[in-house]
Amino acid sequence: MLVLDHVSKTFNPGTVNSKTALDRLSLHVLPGDFITIIGSNGAGKSTLFNAVCGEFYPDSGTVTLAGRDITWLPMHKRAADIGHLFQDPMRGTAPGMTIEENLALASGRGGWFGTISRQDREFFRERLAELDMGLEDRMKQPVGLLSGGQRQALTLLMATVNPPKLLLLDEHTAALDPATAEKVTELTERIVRESNLTCLMVTHNMQAALEMGNRTVMMDAGRIIYDTSGEERAHLTVSDLMDRFRARTGSALDNDRMLLQ
Amino acid sequence: MFISWGIIQSAVELGLIYSMVALALFLSYSMLNVCDLSTDGCYTLGCSVGSMVALTGHPVLALLAAIGSGVCSGFVTAFLQTRMKIESLLAGIIVNTGLYTVNIMILGKATVSLNDAPTVFTWMKKVLAGTPLADFYKLVVALCFVLLTVLLLVLFLRTRLGLSIRATGNNKDMVRSSSLNPTTMITIGLCCSNAITALGGCLIGEYNKTCDINMGTGMVTIALASLIIGETVFGKKTVPWRAVGVVVGAVIYRIVVAVALRLNMPATALKLVSAVIVAVAISYPTVVRTLALQNRRLSTRGVSLYRILQAVFAGLTVLFIVLSVFTSGSRPLMILLALLCAVFLVLMIAADRKERRDAHAGA
Repeated sequence: MLVLDHVSKTFNPGTVNSKTALDRLSLHVLPGDFITIIGSNGAGKSTLFNAVCGEFYPDSGTVTLAGRDITWLPMHKRAADIGHLFQDPMRGTAPGMTIEENLALASGRGGWFGTISRQDREFFRERLAELDMGLEDRMKQPVGLLSGGQRQALTLLMATVNPPKLLLLDEHTAALDPATAEKVTELTERIVRESNLTCLMVTHNMQAALEMGNRTVMMDAGRIIYDTSGEERAHLTVSDLMDRFRARTGSALDNDRMLLQ
Repeated sequence: MFISWGIIQSAVELGLIYSMVALALFLSYSMLNVCDLSTDGCYTLGCSVGSMVALTGHPVLALLAAIGSGVCSGFVTAFLQTRMKIESLLAGIIVNTGLYTVNIMILGKATVSLNDAPTVFTWMKKVLAGTPLADFYKLVVALCFVLLTVLLLVLFLRTRLGLSIRATGNNKDMVRSSSLNPTTMITIGLCCSNAITALGGCLIGEYNKTCDINMGTGMVTIALASLIIGETVFGKKTVPWRAVGVVVGAVIYRIVVAVALRLNMPATALKLVSAVIVAVAISYPTVVRTLALQNRRLSTRGVSLYRILQAVFAGLTVLFIVLSVFTSGSRPLMILLALLCAVFLVLMIAADRKERRDAHAGA
């Protein structure tokens, strides 16, 4: 589905702040894969996502999505195939516009001069009801009035209303309180399962990294240092993961937001 | 009579036509979140182009030509800020500067008179001659154009394209992730808003039967003042409501101007007044926050900042009233200042009350 072939990216090259964020990174994602990504601060997890979604163009290497070379495709053109959620719940929605207006833009139904029809509203209402947050009765309210968790759930719905070929989740529950985070996590798992989406998820929650999805990737210094799935992954514990990290990098996994339980 | 019906009527006519420029800024400033400083030049451009076409005897074609010139000007501004990555304020200023020469070249001289040329107003005058609306032909024309513009603008903002433009001003990241190109949206938005600005300029030219190279100076501030007055009076509710508010704001502004002129205020002072309106209105929330904070800080030492300011403004109000009685030349200015101080006094009393109520509720 998604193939990254020796992708490199160095920020501020030739200066004292030069930082190699991706170092000849290769990753082959199979259709239907749900990969969790863990790693220490500055390992290049978010940079990896930004390379995939087109925030910048890589210095070298190629990015292929569903057989199409998208290395030089501008960000907004990739967005039709890629859903991207960020840690900041404010990033994915337009606060001054109503819930239905946000959904209308994300779903892209109708032509340029089309307006929101009754069928559209009915469709949005059904989808919002699935979130189970009471948003279906607040469709005319501006999104700025919603809580962070509600905004993130709405962003998730907007990103998947037209099932994308690839869903990128960048610690999308990290800024939410534990109860809301759990709810958004459940929603994520359900939507990914129902639409059979291919998904990459960065998480700081080691337990969730092993429990969710079918494959776990560990990153350090812009490279993938450990990639596990299937039988081996099923028997892994959090302390096994920590040991493997130490064995491969010679230092302890260091992430200021990390949750071990 | 101090204010005659004629004065109000021409103020309303002017307000309606000027509200076109305010509506253009409603699209670019309120919706797209771009402060388009090429407005001054674009407004004059619309008037210059329109005047030259009107002089050939085609007043309606003049309007279309003005719209076309506005689209071109908006495209250049948008191109500079999106493709060439020039800061949006600077892009506007650059285009504005360039347009001065363009306008001079179009007009051929600093002022062109349309006295002998047919305009949409003279045409409407002929149409309405003999009907009860004969005296209101200018009002009818202005109203038609404003209603049509508001209607088209509101309908446009409801379409998917319009929603995309609104979202671009709201959250560019979200627009990109909806696989829309913010660059395209800014370009379309600025082309539309500048088309409306130029149409407004053309109508003013046909209304005043003259086009002057300096007519646009300060237009962006005046239009912003109208926009802010409209939003203060009508609030920030739905888009149609806000658009109507902008028109009403422009009319209120023109009526205030008419009254000020009637009070013998020099016409040259008007630009200063609109500059003050815009500066005060935009900085208002910050000032309120700072005052509340300082008041809390000083109240721990037993000093009430609001009380001090109340005393200051009360004193100033009395001072200016006394001065207005004893001076003759600058009486309107003194009355204006006294009124302003009285308004500040009332605001301080209200803020003090609110603070006490909140403190009470908190305890």
